[in-house]
This record gives sequence, C-alpha cells and structure tokens, in this order.
Amino acid sequence: MTEHLPILQIIVPLISAPVCVLLRRKMLTWAFSLMVSLAVLCMAAMLLQQVLESGPISYALGNWSAPWGIEYRVDVVNAFVLLLVSIIGAVVLLYAPSSVAKEIPHDRHYLFYTAYLLCLTGLLGITITGDAFNVFVFLEISALSSYMLISLGEDRRALTAAYQYLVMGTIGATFILIGIGLMYMMTGTLNMADLSSRLPSMHGSRTILVAFAFLIVGMSLKLALFPLHMWLPNAYCYAPSVVTAFLASTATKVSIYVFLRFVFTIFGVDFAFENLSLSTFLLPLSLIGIFVASTVAIFQTDIKRLLAYSSIAQIGYIMLGVGLVSATSLTGSIVHLFNHAMMKGGLFLAVGCIMLRIGSVDLADWQGLGRRMPVTMAAFVLCGLSLIGVPMTVGFVSKWYLILAALEQGLWPVALLVLMSSLLAVIYIWRVVETAYFQAPADGAAKVKEAPFLMQVSMWILTGATLFFGVSTSLTVGVAQRAAEWLLGGSQ
Amino acid sequence: MNPSTAILVALVLPMLGALLISLTGSRPNLRESVTLATGGILFLVVASIVPSVLDGGRPEVEVLEVMPGLALAFKVEPLGMLFSLVASGLWIVTSLYAIGYMRGHHEKNQTRFYVFFAVAISAALGVAFARNMFTLFIFYEMLTLSTYPLVTHHRSEDAKRSGRIYMGILMSTSIGLLLLGMIWTWHLTGTLEFTPGGILEGKASSTIIGVLLALYAFGTGKAALMPFHRWLPAAMVAPTPVSALLHAVAVVKAGVFTVMKVVVYLFGTDLLSSTGLSIWLMYVAGATILIGSLVALTKDNLKARLAYSTISQLSYIVLGAALANDWGVIGGSMHIAMHAVGKITLFFCAGAIMVASHKTEISDMAGIGRTMPVTMVAFFIGAVSVIGLPPMGGSWSKWYLALGAADAHQNILVAVLMISSLLNIAYLMPIVARAFFIAPNEPPEHEGIHEAPVLCVVALCLTAAGCVGLFFYAGDLYRLLMPIVQP
Repeated sequence: MTEHLPILQIIVPLISAPVCVLLRRKMLTWAFSLMVSLAVLCMAAMLLQQVLESGPISYALGNWSAPWGIEYRVDVVNAFVLLLVSIIGAVVLLYAPSSVAKEIPHDRHYLFYTAYLLCLTGLLGITITGDAFNVFVFLEISALSSYMLISLGEDRRALTAAYQYLVMGTIGATFILIGIGLMYMMTGTLNMADLSSRLPSMHGSRTILVAFAFLIVGMSLKLALFPLHMWLPNAYCYAPSVVTAFLASTATKVSIYVFLRFVFTIFGVDFAFENLSLSTFLLPLSLIGIFVASTVAIFQTDIKRLLAYSSIAQIGYIMLGVGLVSATSLTGSIVHLFNHAMMKGGLFLAVGCIMLRIGSVDLADWQGLGRRMPVTMAAFVLCGLSLIGVPMTVGFVSKWYLILAALEQGLWPVALLVLMSSLLAVIYIWRVVETAYFQAPADGAAKVKEAPFLMQVSMWILTGATLFFGVSTSLTVGVAQRAAEWLLGGSQ
Repeated sequence: MNPSTAILVALVLPMLGALLISLTGSRPNLRESVTLATGGILFLVVASIVPSVLDGGRPEVEVLEVMPGLALAFKVEPLGMLFSLVASGLWIVTSLYAIGYMRGHHEKNQTRFYVFFAVAISAALGVAFARNMFTLFIFYEMLTLSTYPLVTHHRSEDAKRSGRIYMGILMSTSIGLLLLGMIWTWHLTGTLEFTPGGILEGKASSTIIGVLLALYAFGTGKAALMPFHRWLPAAMVAPTPVSALLHAVAVVKAGVFTVMKVVVYLFGTDLLSSTGLSIWLMYVAGATILIGSLVALTKDNLKARLAYSTISQLSYIVLGAALANDWGVIGGSMHIAMHAVGKITLFFCAGAIMVASHKTEISDMAGIGRTMPVTMVAFFIGAVSVIGLPPMGGSWSKWYLALGAADAHQNILVAVLMISSLLNIAYLMPIVARAFFIAPNEPPEHEGIHEAPVLCVVALCLTAAGCVGLFFYAGDLYRLLMPIVQP
C-alpha cells in the first residue's frame, strides 16, 4: 500500500472527478469530494514523512522502469509542495458549500466539484511527476479545469477573464511544450533525472539555449512573473470566491515549483545562473514587479483585485529569492511559497465570507464592516498583518530570510527595497482597515450575520496557520532549508 | 514565586485580564474591578522579581525557538527591571484615573479601551523583559498595533488622520530601519542576544557600526528622535489616560529603553566611547532637546505643549545612551523613571482640567487654580520635577546626565542641558502662574472649588507624591542600575 502512495495521490482524485458527475446531488458531491480531498491530504502528509525519513522515492508507473517508462519522483521539494496543495485543497472544500450555493447556479454544482477535483489532480500531477512531458499533460489538465472553474463566476465578465486566461495559459503551455520538445530532440529522453545527466554535455548547443528560453518564458507566464502577469487580476477578480482562494494559493505556487524544478534540477545552477546569468533578469523583474504591483494594489477599489495585485507582488518576493541563488534565499522563497498560500488563502476566504453576507467586494460597501462582521474582519486583519510582515506572523519569517539573503551577498539596496515594499503593503491593507473600522455603515445597510460555521472554521484554519507557522517554524523552515539544499547541491 | 515563572505570569496576566475585561464588558463596575485587580496583582508579580535582580540574579526563561538561533526568550536585568516596575506601577494609578476620566467624560466603547490598554501593558513588559533584540522587536511591534485602536479611540476623521501618522511613522521606521539593522546585526554576529559589553566589537568596520547605530537610533521611532517625532503630537488625539500612560510612559519609554538597551548590550559602551561613533547621535539628541522645548513654547494647547516637552525629554535619555559612559547611562536610565512619574502627573492634570472645566487651551486657563487647587498644586510639583529642581526626582537624572556630558568633555551638551532646563521653566511655569495669579477671563461656571472626579484627583496626587518620593529614594534606583555599567 505505502509503496503505491505516489500513484494513489494522483489516481484517487482523478477517478473521483467523474464520479461526481454520476452522483449529481449537491451535498452528496460535496461530501464525496471533501472525503477525497482529505484522503489526498493524508497521502501527501505520509509522503512527506517518508521522504524526510528515508530520502527520495522513485515510483515506476506500470513497472516500466525509467527512463523509458514514466517515473514519479518525490523528493523533499515536491513533497512539501504536494502537502501545501492538498492542505489548501481540503480546507477550501470544507469552506465551499455555502459560498458555492451563493455564487454558482444550482444546476452546475456537480460540475464545480468535478472541475475542482480535476484541477487538484492536475496540480498534484505536475508536482509529483519526474517526467518532463508528463508535466505538460498535467499542466493542461489543471489549466483546462481552472478555465472552467473561473467561468463559473456569476459575473459575465468571468467569461472574458477565463478566455483571457485561456489564451495566455495556452501560450505559456505551448512555450513549455516547445521547450520540452527541443530538449527531447537533443537528448532523446523526457525523464528529468536522465535529462539532467545528459544536458551538461551539450550546454553550448544553440538548441538547448532556445529550449531554455522557451521554457523560462512559458513558466514565467504561468507563474505570473511581472510583466507576464496580465491574465491574473481578472481571473482572480471574477472567479467565484472559492475558486479564487484555491487558485491563488496553489496554481501559481505549483508553477513556481515547476520553474525551480526545471532550472535547478534539469538545467542546473551552473548553466542557468553562471553561464546564462538568469539572475540579471530575474532580480530586476521581481523587484519592479513587487513595486509596480503593490502600488497598483493601493489604488484598487475592488478587494479581490487588490489582493490579486498583492499576489503578483508576493510572487515577486518568491522569484527574488530564486534570483539570489543561495541556500538562505531559496529557503526564503520556498517558505514564502507555503506562507503566502496560507495568508492569501485566509484573506480570500475572508473575502468570500463577506461576499456571502453583503454580496459585494467593493471597498465602498465595506464601510463599518468591523462592527457588522467582527470575526471575519479580525481574520482579514490578521492575515493582512502577515502580508505586511509583522513579527509572529508567517510573512515576517519569509521576509527575514529574503533580507538576510540579500545582506549575505552584500546587496543591501535589495534588502532596503524589500523593506520599503512592505510599507506599500501597509498602505493597501490599512485602506481596508480604515474603511471597515472608521466609517459608519451606509444608511439602510442591513444587519448581517457572520458567515456559516464551516466557512468560519476553514477561514480560521488558514488564519491560525498564518499565526502558528509564524511562531513555530521548525516544520516550514526546516523543510524549506532541506529543500533549498537539495535544489542547490543534492539533485544529482 | 520563582522569578522565572514570575516573568511568564507577568506577561500572561494582562492578556488574561484583557480577556476577562471583554467578557465582563456589559457590567462596568465588575469590568473596572478586573482592571484594577489585574493591575494590582501584576505589580506584585513584577515586584517579586526585584530581590533576585538586586542580588545579582538574572532570571530568564526561554519560551520557544522561532527560527534556528532566534528564540522568544526573556531575561530580567536592571534596566528592564526598572522599566517594568515603572510601567506596571503606573498602570494601576492610570487605571484609577481612567475610570474617573472615562466616566466623567462619557467616553464610548470603554470595554475596547480597557482591553487594548491591558494588551499594551503586556507588550510593554515584553519589551522590558526581552532577552534578545528579536524578542524585543516582536513586542515593540505588538505595542504599536495594540495602541493603534487606543489612539484612534474616537473614530473621527481627526482620529483617522492621526492614526495614519502614528502607524505610518512607527511602522515605516521599525520595518524600514530597525528591522534592517537587526537582520544586519544577525548577519554580522550570528546572535541577537543582549550581552553585557556588547556583541559588535570587532565584527564590523567602524563605518558599518556607525550606520548600524543610525539604523537603530532612528529605527526606534518610539524614541521620537527628530525628524521622526511627528507621531507623538499626533497621538494626542487619544483620550488623556492613553496620552498619560502610553505617550508619557509605556510607548515612548519602550522606545528610549530600546535605544539604551541596544547601546549598552549590543554595541557596548566601550566600543562607542572609544571610537567616538556616537558623537553625532549626541548632537542629534541635543538638537531634539532644544527644538522640542522651543516648539513647546509656541503651543497653546496644553496636551500639545506636553507632547513636545516629552519629545525633548526623551532625547535626554537618548543623549545619556549616546554619551556611552557610566554617568550618561545611569542618568539616562534613571530619567526613564523620573520623567515617567513627572510627565504622567502633568498629563493627568491636563485631563482633569478637561473633564472638570472642558478647557484645553492654556490661554483659557487663567485663574483655574482657584477652582481646581489640588490639581494645579500637583501640576506644579510635576512641572518642577520635569524641570529638574530639588526636591523632586527629576533633579537627580539631570544631575547625572550633566556629569556624563562633562565626563565626555562635551561642554556644548552640558550647556544644552542647562538651557533646556531654562526653557522648561519658560513653558511650564507660566501655566502655574496663570492658574493661580491671574483672574479668570470670564466668571467660572461653578462657584467655589470644582475638581475632577475623585478617582482622577487621587491618581494625580499619588503620582505627584511619587515625584517627591523619588528624590529621596533615588539611592535605591542608583543601586539597582549600577550593575549595568559596572558588572
């Protein structure tokens, strides 16, 4: 049983998705998919534990051994990402029923759960596989299902948002496919481990350079690195709240994982950062991205859009850590991958609760919310403080490592810029706080209740995680440190 | 109680109090009893640590390791002992005062007020007891966040604007400068523990040490060193008990305490005095002292005048730290207590005047000594202490600071201290004179004596008595603080 965990991790949600179509009944499909997601979570936790105890796991699909067959390969890096994706997957599903009932037409609920499980499968598949072409396959599974999830939004603009995402996502995926194809042409293999051992001998090859370029651009599009982020704000803004919370915490994170995997494991640090000095383009783009996105966030009146721009800025932090290429900076990046998922998930869930009760995510309608929905706003403020990077929250831990990494390399202007950008977060979070706590509710604003119990529970799970992992970092930082060392040195 | 346990109890108790206060919110009398009981017990708990510290013990307790090598840990040394005694002792008096004030002034949302007040005290004690810079920073930020709802208590446009300045300056300095300095120190030395003699000696070039000192001194926005002082007058929009305890004692003293602690335990006084790297800081502090006093002269609003006076007085303590010699450190540390008691008295009086006669401008306060004699006598005592004349506690700290400046051969700064005392007289004494010797502009609303609610008067009498008491018990403070400079 345990030796088949890697494949079960994928196959369980994959098979469950069509079952949802057969079940059809709203609550039944929800209960079923919740159970599936909890099972997925258990498997991910077990996998991480196995990897931490006894090193990487290699699993040959159908007993066709690598490099001919498809290999699933779990090491500390992707085990951590698997855990992250499945935590968010389960917590968001727990939250889903009331919010879905409000924001998605009733006859399409089973489709939502089906697409959700498919998307989860895709994201987990991208993460777990050790085969470059398989990455593309799962990328498409997750992307297609997420276009569908986004287009379920009640606002008609959700359709254009989904379409925009589809176009950009397809370009990204195609670029990745071209890159993989070129690599296959040169090496005759698709297995990642095999690729990484064959590529060094052909580093001078122009084809490999082109492959690398296609891959970098394709992945940057998928992970919404500035200035390739244009699809993200609309997608997050018009998707149903549940979908936004799920995608914001997982989709871009998994794309970042793919970036790490291709750049560090397949091409190697020497090729990417010394031969091609990838940092010279990553560092400025991340920093500009952080500042531009944070500044744009300040001027948003739609809270979901505000948080979407904040996400682009946070992706900037993660890629900044990648660009600094040291054990400390990668620790910061990987830990921020996890931390940002927790806090942004918590924020979007809080927004979903408010959407459910007052039916608006426009800042102007949030007047006096501090009194109307105190519990939800408290969660929003706590996660918001984490976005700023206040100590005792996860945001502080990530920033600590990023700044330390910049100082270690003597790049104090970078450290200073990171700190200054936190102040922009103070401004956009505080705008919400001032509206919610200082302005009296508009006349005629109906009295509202807090969101239903399950929504509160999931929101507080993520908010609690935001605080807990800010104080006790042995799990997150401990694993991230090992993952960073693995990426930098132990990959061969 | 075991001193190590006492540390944890002292930190948890106000939190517990805050919880109880919010639960008893619908019954004001019970709620206020909870506040007072918590304050009383807290002071006893803090006081129970004193004997051990006087005996040379340094009780400590480690809660957990947040990141490798960075622990959330507490350790009480003399300076922290002093600050915690001042903060917890004055909390009781302020609670008494707040009950009279908040009820007399018919403030709204009193439960929220008392809850955040208790949380702020817990944060201040965390700053006092922190074993390393990391822990101190955590509680420093907690103090900023927990006082924000207090500063903006009235939820008006004015409160919102002041709240922005308050959060803006305190957050941007602490995140932009202090955090950078802290991570840099960690990068250079691999530790953030407060160590007698400092940790930076020999770890960095003198340029970097100079830059670090600037990051710490300006990054500690709560110390209100110019040009980062604007938040303090802005915070005066808060109800008076907040101004009194937080912006004369807990918050600002947490700031100067941080500067003192960093100079003594991270840089080490020997490093700074031998290299002269802190001379610029002496002059910045000196300038803040004079400019603060001069601006105070121009303010007609009593709370605003006291706010600028606070800015000026805080720099005495920063100056003491920058002098980096025995007298400077002793004088500066002592001034934490002396100024706290003196200034809180003045704020109490300002609030009492506001409650009893609804006056906020000094020009309207002519003849007020006739209707509020007790309050104005207390104001006089507090003023004399802030000026630094015997027989009030404030005279000792200024004495040691002047000694420290002379010891460092900084004659200009000795002169600055003397001029500042004169300026203090110029902006505080006219208030007293006007109250007693000038006839009121218009006939008072109330015939005869009309004081503030009795709890307010009791509180301000207690702190006025404290000013006198500290003059005679300064020797005990000296004995408590001596080990800082001569371990």
